[in-house]
Amino acid sequence: MTSEYSIVYGRTVSEHALRLVPLSFQIPHHTVHPVHIDLFIPCFVDQMTPGVGLAVTRVLERLGHTVEFRPAQTCCGQPSFNSGYWDEARSVAIRALDVFEGAQAVVGPSGSCVAMMRVFYPQLLAGTPHETRALDLASKTFEFSEFLVEKLGVTDVGARFPHSVTYHDGCHGLRELRIQQAPRQLLRAVKDLELIECDEAESCCGFGGLFSVKFPMISTAMAEVKGGSLARTECEYIVSSDPTCQLQLDGWFSKKKMKPRTIHLAEVLAGGDA
Amino acid sequence: MSVHDATTKAALPAEAKNQFLHDAAEHVRDIDHRSFVRKALGGYYVTRDSQKAKYRDWEHARDAAALAKWSAVNRLDELLPLFVTNFEAGGGIVHFARDAQEARTIIVDLVRASNAKAIIKSKCMTTEEIHLNDALEKEGYVVVESDLGEFIQQLRGEPPYHFVFPCMHVRRGEISDLFQKHLGTEPTQSPEELTMIARRYMRQLYVDADVGITGANFLVAETGQISITENEGNARLTAALPRVHIALSGIEKVVASLADLAVLLPMLATAGTGQPMTCYNTLYSGPQKNDEPDGPREMHLVLLDNARTAILADPEQRDSLHCIRCGACLNVCPIFKNVGGFTYGTTYQGPIGSVITPHLRGLSDWNHLSSASSLCGACTDACPVRIDIHHHLLHNRRNAVRASPKRLEHIGHQLFAFVAARPWLFAAGGKLFRWSLGFLKKIRPPLLRQWLETRDLPPAPPKSFRQLWKERS
Amino acid sequence: MSVKASSAKDVVLARVREALQVPAPPPHLKSHDLQEAAGISNARPAGAVGTFKPLSIAPLDVARPWLPEGGQTPEERMHILCDNLKRLKAEFHRACHLQAAAELIFSIARERDWQRVAYHRHELVDPVASALHCATVCVGEPASFDKRALEQCDAGITACESLVAQTGSILVSSATCGGRSLSILPPVHIVIAHIDQIVATLEDALHDAKVRHAGRMPSMLSFITGPSRTGDIERILVLGAHGPKELIVVLVGESP
Repeated sequence: MTSEYSIVYGRTVSEHALRLVPLSFQIPHHTVHPVHIDLFIPCFVDQMTPGVGLAVTRVLERLGHTVEFRPAQTCCGQPSFNSGYWDEARSVAIRALDVFEGAQAVVGPSGSCVAMMRVFYPQLLAGTPHETRALDLASKTFEFSEFLVEKLGVTDVGARFPHSVTYHDGCHGLRELRIQQAPRQLLRAVKDLELIECDEAESCCGFGGLFSVKFPMISTAMAEVKGGSLARTECEYIVSSDPTCQLQLDGWFSKKKMKPRTIHLAEVLAGGDA
Repeated sequence: MSVHDATTKAALPAEAKNQFLHDAAEHVRDIDHRSFVRKALGGYYVTRDSQKAKYRDWEHARDAAALAKWSAVNRLDELLPLFVTNFEAGGGIVHFARDAQEARTIIVDLVRASNAKAIIKSKCMTTEEIHLNDALEKEGYVVVESDLGEFIQQLRGEPPYHFVFPCMHVRRGEISDLFQKHLGTEPTQSPEELTMIARRYMRQLYVDADVGITGANFLVAETGQISITENEGNARLTAALPRVHIALSGIEKVVASLADLAVLLPMLATAGTGQPMTCYNTLYSGPQKNDEPDGPREMHLVLLDNARTAILADPEQRDSLHCIRCGACLNVCPIFKNVGGFTYGTTYQGPIGSVITPHLRGLSDWNHLSSASSLCGACTDACPVRIDIHHHLLHNRRNAVRASPKRLEHIGHQLFAFVAARPWLFAAGGKLFRWSLGFLKKIRPPLLRQWLETRDLPPAPPKSFRQLWKERS
Repeated sequence: MSVKASSAKDVVLARVREALQVPAPPPHLKSHDLQEAAGISNARPAGAVGTFKPLSIAPLDVARPWLPEGGQTPEERMHILCDNLKRLKAEFHRACHLQAAAELIFSIARERDWQRVAYHRHELVDPVASALHCATVCVGEPASFDKRALEQCDAGITACESLVAQTGSILVSSATCGGRSLSILPPVHIVIAHIDQIVATLEDALHDAKVRHAGRMPSMLSFITGPSRTGDIERILVLGAHGPKELIVVLVGESP
């Protein structure tokens, strides 16, 4: 079977990945079986926003689960994949399969990077000897908010955040992983938090990885549209589940000397009641 | 009155990318224009959503529409000959065209053979694709576009801005000036009056025209009918009054049965314009029959390949032939809304245009359209026939790299993979990056410069997550 | 086979056959059952070469329960149709018998001072046309068809094949509704129909047409959904772009 052909048929994991791929584990709601969770810390979080990783850890541990970070992990390979350099992305992906071998659940604080592992790894590796392992990893990799709500059955993590916020949907989380309600359910359960929706909730912020520097004018125009809409809510914070969307929006707000700032969902949820 | 933009760009494909970058930058600066286009589309969202709510489940209906097109496109070998046989039984004549040149020749010859003096045309993107008007005008024929938007664009000497809403970027004042200049009418700010000017102007032309040229939205194999979707009634008139009716269609428009139209016609309207059905959905099975009072004496159908079989041969992107040209993907696309329709420099703008243009005109010259996307996927969600649009942009990018990788970029990605395979190197590289970020911001190397011109970059944290984790345990 | 020697048709059809040697995967569907149904025959074939197997299930059968409602009973259908026609900005009237319809059109024609009205021979149309005060043009024999005269008419009266509740559409044909121009060229289109002609869905209308014209389809079948319209200028709705500005539907017959 040629690889061209395999790529075609690798499309088994898609927008319905969660349902099509048999889940390797399913936790019944309202039971407090501690789960052993492997952190998937995307390279950007590792180097630029380590606080997000710590916040994820804090929330998961507070819920009684054990959290591990495998330091062999590096990057998911999305920059190469999105640029069309699939051979390079493939070698990075195979490495990630090795790194997370044997994990029970892999949880990452980025819809985009999780989508890479869950949706695109199986495509990238279809027809190779690694296909089964890619499907296996896809079936147990979760975005942070979705993991809390869908897998752990938790919406109230005991957080308090006395601010008005609006939620920015990252496109990969929204459309590749079909996560829309989970972060909102989590936010609504946060004490003293007011959630206001913006009029461009489903619009892209314009980051798009290397797109943001290859086509800076389009990327910035998109930031203007989304940023403008978010700012019009007059919220104190813009909550996101994608650190790179935050980079784009904060970068634009800061340049425009506008007030709102972004914050990662995990950082909101990590805020205790103390 | 020629299609300047598109033809010029087609003639200089190597320039296509630079032209795109230039036009995009220009367009993005035009804040008024961007908000005008955004406002024009604002109403679309409202009507579309209220019409979608009438479906007991839109997503399931999309499944059916996708299946109808998928099963037709994948059975084209069977259904296309069946359609041709059935259509010919109705008295129409079928002409196959391998490419744009052949299609132009066929149509020009048909027009010549009919001793036509006046030609009226209804909206058809496939005729734009083959630059039919230019070819006919070169032969000395006057072709009048009867669709209001197309007529306005024809007077402006511009190709359509959006393949469903051709002049959505033009303000009423400009249209008033245009009509004043070309038709000698009084200025007016009323869309209603402007529409009536075009209506009055066009009436005699329908009556006088010898040849009517239309497109086709669907070709029904089972019955040999072509289906034409429109709102204004201009296609109905174009196919009713002239002696000769010539229709041009891509071969991929075939559907198996009439029943499929019961799904596709309402979905095309809802996705495209938010209507329950467009005003006129008309099935033609040939020229006037003996016992019918009127209609054309001759009907010709030109079936165009023009690289469609090349797309068909790529199973990965074959579903892009499912496209029913509703324009929904343009309407929701943040790129389209910010760079505008002309920046693409293509017949088919927006996400679906970015997918298929590389097949129609060459990947190496048109892959930049696939790169100019944040891959947000709004297009794929909007597509009534479930074309995997934004993933095909990824496929085009991969195919372009495979065909001719850019050396420097390739080295960059190889280096990246090399570093990503070595955690110690990755950690060291990250450290170096964080340490030098302040300095880099000052010297502004390429890529970083593109970022910093419009966006700030936060300072790097002193420690990476992996360091903090190590310290923690 | 050399390209030059063979016709364009042969070449294109050969390209199509060649291109389809490798099957394409089914689209991603929301319905799992459907995904499976589509996938079973066409997902991962044993070899890379294969023939596409037609779907075991018709797309319409899949869509039927999810498309907009057309009504289960005659009352429901009537209600949905009226509602849709209103939304489409069509004028809608009920007449308990044909005589009443004729009087209604007579008064409309009088009120608007119509000089000339076109119609075609039909049991529902004839009484209405003959009751008019003004000149009439009968569209019928091909030899006597005069498009210039038709263009001068103030209105065109036609029958229809069916009325579709689901979408508010009216199906006309060139064989039974006075040809192609009568329903599109005059600025007002009047449709005289019987309430029994209301069908629930587009599917029903298409099916009926297929049965009615079995083996000999009219050269034109057209679903008319409201008066002609355009949104080409700043996406603002204007009625009467090129076709009729007004669509007047008169339904004859006692309440269902």
